[in-house]
Amino acid sequence: MTYLNRRQALGGFAVTFELLATGAFADAVVAKRKLVVVICRGGLDGLSLSPPVGDPDYAGLRGPIAIAPVGAPAGALKLDGTFGLHPALPRVHDLALQGQARIAPAIATPDRERSHFEAQDVLETGAGHVYSTSSGWLNRALEAAGPKVKALSVGPTAPLVLRGKVEAGSWSPGGLAQRDARLPGILQDLYVHDRLLGPALAEGLATEAMARTAMADAAQTNAPPVMQPVSTSASPMQGAAVPAAPKPPGYGDARKIGATLAGFMIQPGGVQVAAVSIDGFDTHANQGAGDGQLAARLAYVDAFFDGLHAGLGPAWNDTVVVMATEFGRTARVNGTRGTDHGTASTALVLGGALKPGGIIGDWPTLRQASLFENRDTAPTLDMRGLFKGVLRDHMGIDRAALDTKVFPDSQNVAPVAGIVT
Amino acid sequence: MTADIEASIAATRFGLGARSGEIDAAKGDPRGYLLSQIAPKGAALARPDAPGTAVRLADLQAFNQLRKTARLEGDPKSDPVKMAQMGLREDAEGDFLARARLGAATNAAFAERWSLFWANHFTVSALKVVTAPLVGPFEDEVIRPHVFGRFEDMLVASSQHPAMLIYLDQAQSVGPDSFVAQRAAKNGRPPGLNENLAREIMELHTVGVDAGYSQADVTEFAKAMTGWSVGRGDHPEEPAGFMFRAAAHEPGGRAIMGRRYAEDGQAQARAVMKDLAASPHTAHHLAIKIGRHFVGDEPPARLTDRLARAYLGSGGQLNEVAKALVTSPEAWATDPAKFKTPYEFLVSSWRAAGLTPDDTGAIVRVMTVMGQKPFCAPSPKGWPEEAETWAAPDAIVKRMAWSEDFAAKSASQQDPMVLAQNALGARLTPAAAKAISRAETRAEGFSILLMSPEFQRR
Repeated sequence: MTYLNRRQALGGFAVTFELLATGAFADAVVAKRKLVVVICRGGLDGLSLSPPVGDPDYAGLRGPIAIAPVGAPAGALKLDGTFGLHPALPRVHDLALQGQARIAPAIATPDRERSHFEAQDVLETGAGHVYSTSSGWLNRALEAAGPKVKALSVGPTAPLVLRGKVEAGSWSPGGLAQRDARLPGILQDLYVHDRLLGPALAEGLATEAMARTAMADAAQTNAPPVMQPVSTSASPMQGAAVPAAPKPPGYGDARKIGATLAGFMIQPGGVQVAAVSIDGFDTHANQGAGDGQLAARLAYVDAFFDGLHAGLGPAWNDTVVVMATEFGRTARVNGTRGTDHGTASTALVLGGALKPGGIIGDWPTLRQASLFENRDTAPTLDMRGLFKGVLRDHMGIDRAALDTKVFPDSQNVAPVAGIVT
Repeated sequence: MTADIEASIAATRFGLGARSGEIDAAKGDPRGYLLSQIAPKGAALARPDAPGTAVRLADLQAFNQLRKTARLEGDPKSDPVKMAQMGLREDAEGDFLARARLGAATNAAFAERWSLFWANHFTVSALKVVTAPLVGPFEDEVIRPHVFGRFEDMLVASSQHPAMLIYLDQAQSVGPDSFVAQRAAKNGRPPGLNENLAREIMELHTVGVDAGYSQADVTEFAKAMTGWSVGRGDHPEEPAGFMFRAAAHEPGGRAIMGRRYAEDGQAQARAVMKDLAASPHTAHHLAIKIGRHFVGDEPPARLTDRLARAYLGSGGQLNEVAKALVTSPEAWATDPAKFKTPYEFLVSSWRAAGLTPDDTGAIVRVMTVMGQKPFCAPSPKGWPEEAETWAAPDAIVKRMAWSEDFAAKSASQQDPMVLAQNALGARLTPAAAKAISRAETRAEGFSILLMSPEFQRR
């Protein structure tokens, strides 16, 4: 397999990305790029995902659900003087130490209604407000990217973000035990004029074939759950000795799903764009701190990323992963050791293709005067700006399409620059 | 011809898919066939002999006690805890099987579908282990008796049922200035308000998210609802079920959506619910949801207007709304617009084969694989309706695989063409009939029927 590392390409030819993006060579480079969008449903608490343990107001607002300071038992994993990562995210933290994971700690969609369902609609449609469009922004990004880019959603139902005109695959664990070899052909004939079932069955059968290959790959990467060196710059990982803590239930499944998705993405002619949906983040009561309900969900996320990272191998260097949620949660703990629907939360960006750097966007602080409606983390960054930055700089989609088609009427929302190398 | 197609629609769109003979039974008067199922006593219960919520709450109480002890002893995953948890799950799975068996066998399939719609409207999800054994009792105690009664009664029954109170965290919500909070403040961090149920009553159960209410309205309603809770069941003053905790109730009058509600203890939130149920926003919201479920993902406005009028004109009588649905011409359009959910697909398959399911594990597995894990709706909004959600490529492949298995087990003795006629009547298309007639085996023919475009829709 001939594999062209993009860094080598950029360095070796000593040209800038902007120049590359205009030529045919750029198409070949872009064709290797991979994008994974993870939607966390229920309103993921950004103040636990990336706790601002250095913010003087954090511990007081959070009380029993505050993540302990860096260095304390079950304490935050240090990112900088203000922020850490939740202790259930050791793999993500390893990547962060290598400049391959960054946080946007005060990001929000344009929606301010605190309704899960409206906010998820806005997050996934990419529209300025609810009910204005029925397709997902990732699907419209595929439209702009051209017909060669293959996309896949993971899970038994198709998430809105990837729904729309462009046919996308979907896959979930479970497999297909086929008895009657004739039946798929008979059904394809029967569905020939069926615009819903015809394309879906064709896509599903093609995906099943790919899944068999991907599962075989995953079986290989699945054996040793250890970090593999990903960076060609070979900087030694600091503090990467992760203690072998007992893994919560579902950890192995999540890792396998990540590894299988990677298998889909590394096969020749494989999937370039994937959407993954993870739920269970609506922590109104007893959300826990270093341990507990939310910690278990984050451990699942960490395992998924671990599997994805290991499975992609060298292709990790061409990959960006964006993880976002519909809204954050109240800055104060509520009366039932949980948090209610809030506004800004944290988005996580990962990948070997990231440009190392600090937090994305500004931190508004948790001073009472800074809280949005005296309640929530105040948004300082429009979610669409982050998505646009990744789509422009990583997937080569031009600004005009981003401003009008992918994120309708969003000319005033600038793409966030400097995320991707 | 019209009567033939209407009989098929009555059984497949309004009902749960035809059993053998059902379409013939509806032929004389398809509308009357459905209207006769609208009974004041509501719909049949899934488990008429079940012990109900109080017993399930006692089981939960025992489970919590075991878990607490195990934690103190440093072994939170001890065998007794695991056994108890398994017991709770088994109760829930038994409830689900009972409901599936009712769906597969009932002659009042419109009443059953109508109940399933309302159960999804007032979703309690078993995603939390502590709600799992309460979902079945919730449906039998809150939904089924009220489906042809007053909406307001169902709303209040739902908001007072332990399943909902626990699922949406209302049971522990405490008014910030209540006696309980004042007393607790002296010993550190006081308990407080949880607005989850109040918000979802407004957004999902009644007026809907576009009704123009604000965050302040939600908070005020949450305060009015403080005290609506669940008793521990270990004392005469702690019944195993709904109880009003006056000491947790936030004192004072409340202003919600432009109306004032004087302090009135438990009756304060009850008064808010009365107004919410009577709101034209609620009529509109329910009408759209009913239209979307029965007719199409984008229901025609003439239909939803008719349903909303029936609701408002009758003071929220759901039997009148059901009648308006059955007698609306828009609901009888020939082309089937709805793609079946996994549960609808499975129930209609059992009905077509003349079987009732009896293997709990098999149902749980197949429902999970198809994306609709039993009783585990992903959120309080319930299961989605849209075809795009359920007709994902992976889902179609999973349906095909299941159909093959099911057909191999169930159809070896039956002529697939007869099954197709019984299941679809005049809705069977020449293309599907031809494919079935050319099948190599009976099982293959039955698989084709189950996977045919017309059987996948209703």
